[in-house]
Amino acid sequence: MTIEMLIWLIPLPPLLAFFLIILFTNKNKALSHWVAVGAAALSWLGSMIVFMRALKVEHLSQHPFHSSINWLPTADTWFKIGILIDPVGAATLFFVAWTIFMIFVYSVGYQNFGQPEGDHDIKGLPPHGATVIDPNGHKHKVPSVEPMYSRFFAFLGLFACGMYTLVVSDNLLTMFIGWEIMGLCSYLLIGFWYGKESARNAAIKAFMTTRIGDVFMLLGIAFLYTATGTLSFRTIFSEEVLKALATTPAFFGLSTAGAIGLLLFIGTVGKSAQWPLHVWLPDAMEGPTPVSAMIHAATMVSAGVYAVIRMFPLITADFSGHGLTPTMSIIAFIGAFTALFAATIAVAQNDIKRVLAYSTISQLGYMIAALGIGAYVAGAFHLVTHAFFKALLFLGSGSVIHGMEHGVLHTGDHNIDPQDMFNMGGLRRKMPITFWTFLIGGFALSGFPILTAGFWSKDEILADAFGHGHLVVFIVLALAALLTAFYTMRQISLTFLGEPRSKAAEHAQETPWTMTVPLIILAVFAISYGWVGIPEHFPIIGGLIPNWFHEFVGSTLAEIPEGVGFNIVPLITSLCVALGGLFLGWLVYHNVKTGAIDPFKKPLGPIHTLLKKKYYFDEIYDFLFVKPAYWIAETLVSKWMDNGVIDGILHGIAWAGSHLGTLLRNYIDAPVVNGFGDLVGEGTKKIGASIRPIQSGRIQNYMLTSLVVLIVVGGLLYYLLVLA
Amino acid sequence: MVPLSWYLTLSAALFSIGLFGVLARRNAVAILLGIELMLNAVNINLVAFWRYGDPAMITGQVFAIIVFAVAAAEVAVGLALIISVYRNRNTVIANDIDMLKW
Repeated sequence: MTIEMLIWLIPLPPLLAFFLIILFTNKNKALSHWVAVGAAALSWLGSMIVFMRALKVEHLSQHPFHSSINWLPTADTWFKIGILIDPVGAATLFFVAWTIFMIFVYSVGYQNFGQPEGDHDIKGLPPHGATVIDPNGHKHKVPSVEPMYSRFFAFLGLFACGMYTLVVSDNLLTMFIGWEIMGLCSYLLIGFWYGKESARNAAIKAFMTTRIGDVFMLLGIAFLYTATGTLSFRTIFSEEVLKALATTPAFFGLSTAGAIGLLLFIGTVGKSAQWPLHVWLPDAMEGPTPVSAMIHAATMVSAGVYAVIRMFPLITADFSGHGLTPTMSIIAFIGAFTALFAATIAVAQNDIKRVLAYSTISQLGYMIAALGIGAYVAGAFHLVTHAFFKALLFLGSGSVIHGMEHGVLHTGDHNIDPQDMFNMGGLRRKMPITFWTFLIGGFALSGFPILTAGFWSKDEILADAFGHGHLVVFIVLALAALLTAFYTMRQISLTFLGEPRSKAAEHAQETPWTMTVPLIILAVFAISYGWVGIPEHFPIIGGLIPNWFHEFVGSTLAEIPEGVGFNIVPLITSLCVALGGLFLGWLVYHNVKTGAIDPFKKPLGPIHTLLKKKYYFDEIYDFLFVKPAYWIAETLVSKWMDNGVIDGILHGIAWAGSHLGTLLRNYIDAPVVNGFGDLVGEGTKKIGASIRPIQSGRIQNYMLTSLVVLIVVGGLLYYLLVLA
Repeated sequence: MVPLSWYLTLSAALFSIGLFGVLARRNAVAILLGIELMLNAVNINLVAFWRYGDPAMITGQVFAIIVFAVAAAEVAVGLALIISVYRNRNTVIANDIDMLKW
């Protein structure tokens, strides 16, 4: 089998698993997860083989794995679809395969496989726990298995298929198809516990919000196809096409390349939850935790950034190296703004998953900002490292919630929110593996120096921003990094350090191996993946390990971007913000007592409320878009247009028809037509009745009549014929 | 020779008597008698016209004989009908035999 054939096959096993599960094995939970995890393992294996082979190819960017087939006849040519693995694709495939595989394994434990069926679990609601009686006759409440276990794995499979399709695509159309499959799956998975109203609303919100972006992206794709006649990456990124696109003006002073890039970028804004379309992501936490990790770390949101990375040559087609193009400025602005803005919200959230959700938005903003200022490799590097440590953090938070839920079941106090960090504390002793892996993930997220992957990628972005003179972006990102370190340490402190702040936290329990093993594996990557991208000019350790990532991924571009020279300022900044933020977080939160309010609540006052309420974006959107949309739907369209105008017209027509009918009947049909018919009938009857006595039956009368008639007629004839 | 008009007058008188009998008599047999009178009035006419018209031909006589034959047959049928009616309805009064209506 050629390597190209293998790449074609990578997205297939999860898709097959999806159909197998929904069609055949959904009654059998064990079989279903074996099918799904097996499929994920197959895709993972294929991806690893492809990745290893890609490493061995010299100049992979010039000779990528590429194969395409004719798919859609377009006039006298064909629209081709195919697969393409170039360095960026290979790097993405690597982390996607790992995280997806880990999430599949983790889901087995998270959905409580092997636990008894719940006492009163209902499909569409999270499991409530089951009562078991041990040999001594004591009753225990233990977690119960998810009622829709198989369904969950089916959706995960479809999701994985979408992501693999997106990564291996060689053209925008199939990429967009994968993109949309994920959109659908995120809807299905966020609304997985559809019995909860909040989950339903979150699913709809996520779907609608990303849809806004997707429409623009589709417009961009259509624009691109009109402008170039192709959607294949390799053709678009050829020098002459890019040059043509860059020199043709489009609108608002943008070149065609800039305009298309901007439209495609709006798709990313929706998918990667950038301001102003970020609102869906925190609500998406309603889904089961592996879904959060799947959506927020490994797949969907990364897909948005991946799309920008893919389209980078197009976006920067008219970028001369000095002064950002309008499109790039917008991208950089949105990215940097989102990075800081989301980080500030994360500081004031108490829900362990919501903190991570805002952290994800913030980190994605980092990548977007990096790409906006042209730091291609840094953006891609952060994408990969972030995928690992954020998947780790989400899975870790899921593990914490799982442990807390165990405690809640044990104590039977259901008023305790197992996701509220102020109910936790001291979990480091109860859940050591989760603690250490979460610590690694959190340090990577904060950019703990030297050791963690997050440091290297974040440092590279900051260095790039500083080195190329984008001071505003640099300062904003540095501030965001400070906040990131702060809220990460706040989260770790509140969750794991100090003393337990609730009975549930006292009785929390470490999670099964299916959950902890993925955590450990991801933790390894969260540390070690950074080492492949250490800049050569870094003091002391620079150059010890070659900067493989930069050369490998950078070679995707026509000219390998120059690594920025070492500068002490961004490094110092990076160190200060990371360590400072971590220290501050620890200082404030390491010893929060039971029932205490957030120590930052008082000094910040109304600002804290503002942050806690997420700058009232939900309320603003509710007022600006949701309410008007409801008003348009219910009042304008349904009540006025549909019921009033359209139904009115229909009812009017019916009324008019009915009345016209009555009129016709009363004034035409009944008197004229019926009258005439009746007249003929009645007249005939009357005539008959009146001349009936003539027919007496008496022969002599008849004869007399005949005689009279004969005489009369004869006389008449005689008079007329003879006399006249 | 007796002028033709006398024969015709006789024949007309006879026909009228017959007609009156047919229209006015109540007894069906009497009506039949009236019919015979009318037929014979016709015969007188036929014979008279033959005699005053073209005596070389015998058409008038032949017609008269045919009328006799027909009259005889008619009387036979007519009487048979009357008997049949009498047997069924027990009457020969023409007014009572009013079945010729709907």
